[in-house]
Amino acid sequence: MAASLDAAQGLSRRPPGRPTRAARLRLSGLFWRHPWAKALLLLAPPLLAFLLVYVASLAALFVSSFWTIDPFTSELRHVWNLDNYRTLWEAGAYHSVALRTIGIAAAVTLADAALAFPLGYFMARVAGRRSRAFVFVAVLLPLWSSYLVRVYIWRLILADDGVLNWTLRKVGLPAAHIGYSNWAVWLIFTYVWLPFMILPVYGALERIPESFLEASRDLGAGAWTTFRRVVLPLALPGVVAGSIFTFSLTLGDYVTPLLAGGASSQFIGNVVYDNITTQQTPFAAAFATVPLAVMGVYLLLARRLGAFEAL
Amino acid sequence: MSRIRRSHVLVAALAAALCVPASGVAAGSGLPTTIGKGEGALNLIAWEGYTQPQWVKPFEKATGCKVTAKYAGSSDEMVTLMRQGGGTQYDGVSASGDASLRLIYGHDVQPVNPKLIPDFKNFIPALKSPPHNTVKGVHYGISLQWGPNTLLYNTTKVKPAPKSWSVLYSAKYRGKVTVPDNPIQIADAALYLAKTKPSLGIVDPYELNQKQFDAAIDLLERQKPLIKKYWALASDEIDLFKNGGAVVGASWPYQTNTLIAAKAPVRDLIPREGATGWADTWMMSAHAKHPNCMYRWMAWVSTPKVQAQQAIYFGETPANTKACAVMDKLAKGSAAQYHCGASKKYFDSIRFWKTPVADCGNGKNTCMDYTKWQQAWTQLKG
Repeated sequence: MAASLDAAQGLSRRPPGRPTRAARLRLSGLFWRHPWAKALLLLAPPLLAFLLVYVASLAALFVSSFWTIDPFTSELRHVWNLDNYRTLWEAGAYHSVALRTIGIAAAVTLADAALAFPLGYFMARVAGRRSRAFVFVAVLLPLWSSYLVRVYIWRLILADDGVLNWTLRKVGLPAAHIGYSNWAVWLIFTYVWLPFMILPVYGALERIPESFLEASRDLGAGAWTTFRRVVLPLALPGVVAGSIFTFSLTLGDYVTPLLAGGASSQFIGNVVYDNITTQQTPFAAAFATVPLAVMGVYLLLARRLGAFEAL
Repeated sequence: MSRIRRSHVLVAALAAALCVPASGVAAGSGLPTTIGKGEGALNLIAWEGYTQPQWVKPFEKATGCKVTAKYAGSSDEMVTLMRQGGGTQYDGVSASGDASLRLIYGHDVQPVNPKLIPDFKNFIPALKSPPHNTVKGVHYGISLQWGPNTLLYNTTKVKPAPKSWSVLYSAKYRGKVTVPDNPIQIADAALYLAKTKPSLGIVDPYELNQKQFDAAIDLLERQKPLIKKYWALASDEIDLFKNGGAVVGASWPYQTNTLIAAKAPVRDLIPREGATGWADTWMMSAHAKHPNCMYRWMAWVSTPKVQAQQAIYFGETPANTKACAVMDKLAKGSAAQYHCGASKKYFDSIRFWKTPVADCGNGKNTCMDYTKWQQAWTQLKG
């Protein structure tokens, strides 16, 4: 009787039962007393993966950019030097590549913001339930098809004898020779990254309370003033959040310039890729730090504009 | 005296003992004399169109070697892939002349015994021991096919029909020109300058001193505004010619074949300045895991039938002279079209791709090596 009571209370003398249960109790007590311990347990696996996969590879990238390659055997020489950065600094070709990349990334971001704002406004404030759902699907649907397929389709549309010029000719306009050029690259990027701008802009606009707009109207502001002084400042963090995606995605891409670009359409990514196929990995690493630095500055600016609260 | 002589005898005896051939290995050279049992698998790096099911399927059936092929887009990529993972990943590569020497001097490929390739004796003499795959009498591979880089043009848009490479450098077809995105393209500019500016004294388009190199880069800089696109894949150039993006360009016969099959109005030629070209070699990795299958593959692709099939498919010239008759059987007139069994004069008129090195071949080390070519090309495109 006494033995069965012990067993019922979990106090049995069977060796495996007691310590595990006690340990479990002690552990849960520990987590209750120290919430940080629970957080640590939850975060440990992703944090470890983050450190190993992400931070460690970035560190390796940065370190290898200070090494060189033996020109004859193509073997890595672990001699610390700044030669790769000196080449980057001195050769004008790399300046124009970097400026082109940053310039087109900025132009893509502006174009996407200009397109996304009215659409986001329509979705958030004008559309009914059903038309909003329809626009949502329309915005997200292209993301279901391969990026490569969409770039190739645009290449066909913009080709000299493509759909665009065929249409222009039908309506009596002169042909546009923008296939295989930086215009084509800009247009395709603007198209493929647009959903990444629309969603945060829509989110920011939707969060503006209707009462703010009414208050603005009651205080005598016209539509334009309300937009400029109420809607725009409140939606800006959403636009900046979206711009982080459009800007960084363009900055790191090399497929679209390769497939749809012209004779002068090299991006930083293309130079990095070329240097890796020719085994100049340290130089590739050095050039790859440029977009990292640009993105670092961009994220600092974005934080000051409140983009992270909007995400 | 007698002691020295005795030690000589001892060394000689030792050397003789070491040289006793293990079964299947030739005395001294360490090359195999027979092909052993296939290992059941073969991993290859090849140019697009070099491992077609047409001749890979029968090979697998005959030898039991299952072929896995990876296409490479450039010689640089081939070299990188061959070195990847300690060089054990791939058994062989269809290297062009601008990659083969890099692979030989980088110890990435191993010597092979041509006696194990029955069709080797039928190869045109120039491709039995060519300098791009045979160093100091040691064969580092078996020649495969060769051909010229051609001038491709749209017959309805380019009139009169071009006879010179100058059409790629003149403003007449501004924005309608396309050339390969490949540093070896500098040699095409150098070849053109060798004929049009003799004062530069260019003898070999792959051996350029600083002055000649600068002149070639300058010509390419002036060509750049005329270029629609530097094509990276053969299919890019095919698209450009189909969609009217380009009407004239530097090409391979493969693109011409594909475009003509698609009824595009194009033709190609070797302009009067001559042409650069390629001569490809199947080479075996120094660390090949399936050497017997690789030997069987090299023997297979050297047979007249496979040589003919590949020549017609890609649009190039087989190394095996016995393939010419098979070509005409497969497609009438194809042997003549692709210069099968061509004269030495025609062969010598093509300046085959080779890796530019600092050694100019005249005792001077003042030539621009390939690293310089790559850097100049990247900066040209920049």
